[in-house]
Parts: sequence; structure tokens; C-alpha cells
Amino acid sequence: MSPENMSDNIQNYISDFDQLKNDDWFSESRQSALNLFKETGFPNSRLENWKYTDVRPIKKKSFSNVTETAVSISTDEINAVRFDGLDCIEVVFINGVFSKEHSSLEGLDKGLVVENMLDALSNDQVLLAKHLTKYADDKVSPFTALNTAFIQNGTFIKVSANTVIEKPINILYLAKDSNGSLATHPRNLIVMGENSEATVIESYIGLDDANYFTNAVTEVALSPSAILKHYKIQQESLNAYHIGNLNVMQGKDSKLESHSISLGGALVRNDIHGQLAAEGAEIIMNGLYMTGDKQHVDNHTRVDHLKPRTLSTENYRGVLNGKSRAVFNGKVIVHKDAQKIEAHQNNANLLLSDDAEIDTKPELEIYADDVKCTHGATVGQLDQNMLFYLRSRAIDEETARSLLTYAFADELISNISFAPIRNRLERLVIGQLPDAALIREFTNEQT
Amino acid sequence: MLDIQDLHAKIGDKAILKGLNLNVKAGEVHAIMGPNGSGKSTLANVLAGRDGYEVTKGSVSYEGNDLLELAPEERAWAGVFLAFQYPVEIPGVNNVYLLKAAVNAVRKYRGESELDAVEFLGLIKEKMKIVKMKEDLLNRSVNEGFSGGEKKRNEIFQMSVLEPKLAILDETDSGLDIDALKIVSEGVNSLRNEERSIILVTHYQRLLDYIKPDHVHVLSNGKIIKSGGPELALELEEKGYDWIKEEAA
Ligand SMILES: Nc1ncnc2c1ncn2[C@@H]1O[C@H](COP(=O)(O)OP(=O)(O)OP(=O)(O)O)[C@@H](O)[C@H]1O
Ligand SMILES: [Mg+2]
Repeated sequence: MSPENMSDNIQNYISDFDQLKNDDWFSESRQSALNLFKETGFPNSRLENWKYTDVRPIKKKSFSNVTETAVSISTDEINAVRFDGLDCIEVVFINGVFSKEHSSLEGLDKGLVVENMLDALSNDQVLLAKHLTKYADDKVSPFTALNTAFIQNGTFIKVSANTVIEKPINILYLAKDSNGSLATHPRNLIVMGENSEATVIESYIGLDDANYFTNAVTEVALSPSAILKHYKIQQESLNAYHIGNLNVMQGKDSKLESHSISLGGALVRNDIHGQLAAEGAEIIMNGLYMTGDKQHVDNHTRVDHLKPRTLSTENYRGVLNGKSRAVFNGKVIVHKDAQKIEAHQNNANLLLSDDAEIDTKPELEIYADDVKCTHGATVGQLDQNMLFYLRSRAIDEETARSLLTYAFADELISNISFAPIRNRLERLVIGQLPDAALIREFTNEQT
Repeated sequence: MLDIQDLHAKIGDKAILKGLNLNVKAGEVHAIMGPNGSGKSTLANVLAGRDGYEVTKGSVSYEGNDLLELAPEERAWAGVFLAFQYPVEIPGVNNVYLLKAAVNAVRKYRGESELDAVEFLGLIKEKMKIVKMKEDLLNRSVNEGFSGGEKKRNEIFQMSVLEPKLAILDETDSGLDIDALKIVSEGVNSLRNEERSIILVTHYQRLLDYIKPDHVHVLSNGKIIKSGGPELALELEEKGYDWIKEEAA
């Protein structure tokens, strides 16, 4: 171990690891992931992949990885962040620990398994041995290795072949101030059988302004013709650090629709890695980040077109205020012989303040010749002509600014087909604007 | 109603209005004609309060107050309306919601109660008939994907809903087909009354067949160089602008 790594406070993680329950069939995997993490330490900004995101604030802090006494969260507090009137299957975690009390997992459809990862490790060993750690590579990110070392809590979802799950599965990771600063490592695995369909929402929500560290990894396996709609809503506390990693392996004609909404967090990194491993596989990635103050939000996506006739469409939008900084890096790799693929990417950014900063970079690596790829990135301010038009129509300046900002962000939200999620997200986006109250009457929110 | 005296305005270093005088009384319709680039849209924009113009000299008084002091929205509250030569598309902002907010902002300023959804709907249903506005356009984003003529018609529709005191129509007739021109003209005529003033910027005498102006002015090189009655427009149609420019020189 190099002396540099020692200063990373990784000692803390090592000693917490020793306290973990680690006597099951998975213990060796945890141990080797920890060893890997010990070797690499946290990534530094000399690495291309971490060039614009400095994780030293996470390194420097000694987080505790063991939740000792569960804080109590009232049903009211949870209701406040639930989807209004949405009939859903719900999995609730409080400070990283599964809460059976607040979850609703009874009476699940035949063909659906939803359980805490710890239970899955003992109940579904065969399936987990086949899928767990197979799509998220510990070697790619030290954070993933760290997550693997601490696999305990998280959500395991299995949808059997030819099964359509109508109710969304809503996973709530709630954080609330407890003694000391916590690091949690949620691990989710979603296995979709052939021709199955489901909607999964992962929400990461800080209920107060606590300082903590969420290090989440989600793995998804899509069998042929499976369809997954995946929503990630990141509303961590403004003092929290969030590293999240979504990894998808896609079979023939399968479809992943990913919506990633990032609103909270002091330091945030979202990674998505899609592998289009069979013909006809399609991935759609929509993302919205809204930042203010000194927030730092980094979105990295990577799509591997491994086979012919695969399709990727990516649309990310950012609204930056204050002294915040955002990073967008969208990598598309078209592998040799992956002919007749289509890859479209767009990243548009709205800078509301002079001190906000965005680094946006599309990266295309193409090793096939019959492909259709487009990409574009824009960075701009509010359009003066639009602003004047609205003001000339009696709309005061503040409202006009908020309205145009909302319209910019809503381009992404408005085409979400599922109304309860769309409405909730629209409300969240409005809530994020400087003059939220002013523009409610311009939206579907009005009664 | 509107009294413009010796107005000078520039964009950057470029002087565009160079001593413009215009007096519009309540109930009057004034047509402003003039060559391309003479400053007609600049005048309209300065009156509506667009940023980027520097008024270096002169004054504009509206109902006895200094118009230039007001923000664009304050002018709108006070009854000034500009129908744009090139209405902008605003994706994501719904036409109807905008109109409702606009109406209520004006009503609030006037100390009237805000219209609720039902009252507002009643109002726009009535106005839609006047300009034969298609219903599906209403529920789209402001001007987004509208044809040129549809955009112009939307401007007049907004005007008839907002019922301004001073309406400035910047080439609203350009790009309209013959039927649309009639409809738009009827829309404008239906608003005409003793309290309302209208400034029509146009290149075509034809519009003035439908909307009879009280006065016609020629704006050239930043100034009104000739004023007259409706017959002046006919003369311009026939002879162009050169003879007046010479006369004025
Ligand atoms: N932003 C700008 N920067 C520099 N010059 C400008 C700008 N906007 C307008 N101008 C110039 O000001 C002059 C007057 O323009 P304006 O649009 O007022 O003319 P107009 O009379 O409305 O012409 P048209 O009949 O073609 O509509 C033109 O020469 C134009 O090029
Ligand atoms: Mg013009």
C-alpha cells in the first residue's frame, strides 16, 4: 500500500469491514473487493475518468460504515417524500438499513421477487451467484469495489419471463442525521426475465442537511425483449456526497429507459454504463441536473454498442446556478462489426449565473463503418428574445426567468409517459427554481 | 395618449432613430410606412422597452407619464401592446397559460379581480371566434411550429384578449394570405374605439383598405419625413419613397 493511499482514511473502511457480518457464501467476493480497494485507494483527478471531479472531500472524512442505532423516522416524514396516491411496491431503507416496517412488499404478483439484498443472499444464492458483480466491474471504479466489499443492504428484484409488473417498484433510500457521519453502500440487482416489463424508481433522499456519503451500485440484467423503465431521483442533503453507478447488460431486443434526475448533494457523481450485447437492444438515457450554491454534479455515461442494429439515445440537460459546477461526459463506443447501429446524444446546459461552470464532453469511438451517430452540446443563457416577449406580455421579469428555466428543464420531464412520476418530477423541478411560487399557474399543477 | 418628441436612439454605436416626432391621440389609427431599415421596428421596440437600445435624446410620454422609465412588463400593464414583426417561439411555455397569466397580471395592475379558469375560458372562446383562431394552436407552446401566418394571427389573438390601450402592430400583415389579412383586419377593427390608439407599421397600402388610418407617416432614416392622410399611402404605393426623400432633403 502506498503512503498516499494511507492518508485516504481507508483504514476506517478496513476496520469497519472487519465488524461486518461476513460469513456467508459471498464473503470471499467481499474480501477480494476490499483488497482491490486497498490497492487502488480513492480515484484521483489525474485519472481521465475523474479529471473534473475531485473526491478529496470524501477521502478526507472518516465516515462510519456501520449503522449502529437506527434513527427513527415517522410515517409522516416518509409520506412527505412518497408519490402522491401512487399505488406502488415500496422498499424503504433508513440510513442504509432495510426497514421492514415501512416497506410494503406483501402480496407481490406471481413472477416477482422484491427483497432486501441480505435476504436475497440467503434465499436466492444461485441467481445471485450468476448475476451479482457480473455487470458492475470492481476494477473500473474503486467506489464500486468499495460497494462490493460492503454488500449487505439493497434491493433485489427479479421479474420472471413473460411477466408485466404494472405497479412501479419504488425504492427509497432515506438519510437522516444520526451520531457521526455515515457511509452507506446500497447494492441493487434487477434481473428481468425474457419478455418481462417493469418500472423501478430509485430515490436517494436526505431528510435534513446531514453530512453523509452514499455509495450506490445498481446492476441490471435484461433478458431478450425485456423492458425496464428505470428512474433515479437524487435528492440527497446539500451536505451529502453521492456516488452512484448504474450498470446494464442488455439482451436481444431489450429496452432500457433510464431517467436520471439529480437535484441534491454537495458532491455527486452519477455513472451509467450500458452494454448493448445483442442485436436490437436499445438504451434511452435522459438526464436532468439542477445545481446551485457550490454543488458539484458529474454525470458520466458510457454505452457499448457491441452488436449490430443496437440503438442508443441520450438527452441530458443541466440548469446551473450560483457557483455550482457540473460535468457531463457521454461516451459511445461502437465496437468492430457493430454495423447499422444508431447513437444519438445531446447535452444542453443553461447557465443562470456567471459563476457557474460546466464541462461537457461527448466522446465517440467508432470501429464500425455503417453507423449513424450524432452528438451535440450547448451551453447558454436564457434567451433574451424569449424573455422580452414574455415581459411584453405583462409577465414580470422574475416570473419570466423562472418560466423559461422551467420550460428548459421540462423538455426532459414532459415526455415521461407515466403521469404520477412526471407530475412529481415537475413539482420537484419547480421547487428547485428560485421563484417557484410564481410559475405554478403555468404548469399542469394548476387546478 | 402618446407623445414622442425628438427621439434619438442607437444600438451600440449605430444611431437609428434621429429626431423622431409623433403624436397619437386616443382613438386614432396611425400608419407608419417607410423603406427597409429605416427604423420602424426600432421605434416599436423602443416603445415596448426592449433592452439594447440607448435613447440618447428626446422623450416619450404615454398618458402623461414617462414611458421610457418603465420596464417592459410595466408598459404592458399600463396597456401598451406590441405585435411583433417576428414573434419568437417559446418551447415549453403553453400559449393558454401564458395568456391567462398575462390577462391576470394586467387585471391585478388595474385593481380588478383575477379571472378564474372558467371566466378565462369564456373570454378566450369569444376572442377566438373573432380571429378564427384554431383551438389546437392554443394548447401548444407559444408559437412553436406555427406557420408564419399562424404566428401573426396569434399576436392579434393575444391583442384582442389583452385589450390594450395602445397597440403597435409591426408588419402584422406581412406573410398573411388574403383571407387571413381580412380576418386580422377585422380583429383590429373590432378593437377600435375612442379610447384605444393603434400604430400600424406596414409596407402595403392594401392593409389600409381594410383598416382606415387617420394619419399616414413616412419614416425614413430615423425620422418622420412626411405625414398625411390615407391618400398618402396610395401615393406611396404608386411612386415609391424616392420623391419624398428628395423633397425632404
Ligand atoms: N442589433 C442591431 N445591431 C446593429 N444594427 C441593428 C440592430 N438592429 C437593427 N439594426 C439596424 O437598424 C436599422 C433599422 O432597423 P429596423 O429593424 O428598425 O428597420 P425597419 O424599418 O423595421 O426595417 P424593415 O422594414 O425591414 O422591417 C437597420 O439598418 C438595422 O440593420
Ligand atoms: Mg421592421
